Amino acid sequence: MLIVVSSPGWPEVRESFFYGPEFRESLPDIASAFTRNVRLFLIAEVFILVFGLLLAILRSLPGPVFFPLRLLSAAYTDVFRGIPTILLIFLLGFGAPALDLQGVPNSPFFWGVVTLVLVYSAYVAEVYRAGIESVHPSQEAAARSLGLNRAQALRYVVVPQAVRRVVPPLLNDFIGLQKDTALVALIGPVEAFRQSQIEVAGAFNYTPYVATAAIFLALTIPMTRFTDWLIARNRRRELARA
Amino acid sequence: MKQALRLENVHKSFGRVEVLRGIDLDVAEHEVVCLIGASGSGKSTLLRCVNLIEPIDEGRIVVAGEEITARGVDVNRVRRRIGIVFQAFNLFPHMSVLANVTLAPRKALRLPRARAEEEADALLARFGLADKRDEYPDRLSGGQQQRVAIVRALAMRPALLLLDEVTSALDPELVGEVLNVIRELAAEGMTMVIATHEMTFAREIADRVCFLDAGVILEQGPPQELFASPREPRTRQFLQRIIDAGRL
Ligand SMILES: Nc1ncnc2c1ncn2[C@@H]1O[C@H](COP(=O)(O)OP(=O)(O)O)[C@@H](O)[C@H]1O
Ligand SMILES: [Mg+2]
Repeated sequence: MLIVVSSPGWPEVRESFFYGPEFRESLPDIASAFTRNVRLFLIAEVFILVFGLLLAILRSLPGPVFFPLRLLSAAYTDVFRGIPTILLIFLLGFGAPALDLQGVPNSPFFWGVVTLVLVYSAYVAEVYRAGIESVHPSQEAAARSLGLNRAQALRYVVVPQAVRRVVPPLLNDFIGLQKDTALVALIGPVEAFRQSQIEVAGAFNYTPYVATAAIFLALTIPMTRFTDWLIARNRRRELARA
Repeated sequence: MKQALRLENVHKSFGRVEVLRGIDLDVAEHEVVCLIGASGSGKSTLLRCVNLIEPIDEGRIVVAGEEITARGVDVNRVRRRIGIVFQAFNLFPHMSVLANVTLAPRKALRLPRARAEEEADALLARFGLADKRDEYPDRLSGGQQQRVAIVRALAMRPALLLLDEVTSALDPELVGEVLNVIRELAAEGMTMVIATHEMTFAREIADRVCFLDAGVILEQGPPQELFASPREPRTRQFLQRIIDAGRL
């Protein structure tokens, strides 16, 4: 901090990045563009939660019959965790509309959501899978011994316990997702980061970037705190039970 | 007397270790059979095979005239008729006592919720658990948890109940309340196969005691005979160790 403030270039940087009037002027426009980030996030999140769980369940099916499904699910998570998100956004955002598919929307918003769902469901599937594996096999045995079938044992006994345990790591992934909504700017729709670029170009001043960062932080910091609090509470409960 | 359960030449291996080496056993309706034997002799495995939790390698198991180990048998249907209670209770920690008890009747037997809850409440009341219906398992004592686990099995109205060391995980002062539940079930004629370390209890409650040794039933008979005058040297050895430990 001191090094930054005492550096020779600081006065100039302060002028172009932390210029009060520009901050106040750009903030409302960026904040309203930020509602698009929130929409991107919320829509993507719903699909990610459902799709990720589906992938995790496929991965946990036992026996040789389900080997192809397990393989498919494993391949999916490997591929989409392995491709940089920014690359996939370009590929889908520019490539898919060029295909001119019938009945598929061409909007950057749509392909932005698709990209985020593809990438984040791969991460979330791994989180769910760890949760499912952490439920002791005797729980499933108890459910099956009562005459519940496999699907019922998963649905009523294994998955509810797994989900409870993975809420904190899931929230961590969603903090990442919120930040990555800014990547969608690269293919078009006016979200907060894109809006700040526009403001920067108009004002010849970088302060709108700082304003955008502030808006992101206003959302992600409370969420980070909440996640840490949940983790601490879970740990206290585990200790109390042991 | 009608036959409730029959095991014929049942073999079971884990990897290369043969845990059950040809088990033959007949249990009549309303009979209470206790399985005794050293730890590792195969008692739990036997019970788990009857409940089809473990598939057997050879032989057959017949329940009420139906071969349940035959190909194409619906394991879920079979398990609904056979209750099993484990040493570690295995209650569902994310559900209230009532939800634990009604889950299988509602989902597997498709009883309407009101009907399932009514029956669950009646069972809970009978075993002194009425005031616990809305508690979560981690708020109950071990003895209460195990009684709930027994009620959960009974809620399926099983024709046969398997109990695997149901008092072994309990503090001594909590054993009695669980044994009382089993006494009551025996008195009303429930057919039971009970693996147990509680020799005094086995002697009191069993119609027949089977001594398992290294995966075979080495000796069986009415408790007064088996405990008083065991024929096999291995049985004598086992009982002597128990007497020396002051548990008989
Ligand atoms: N799932 C399993 N995998 C491998 N070995 C097992 C498994 N279950 C039981 N065994 C082994 O089988 C033997 C009999 O175990 P068990 O039936 O639990 O005996 P008991 O209940 O009489 O103490 C033991 O040697 C045990 O280690
Ligand atoms: Mg055992």
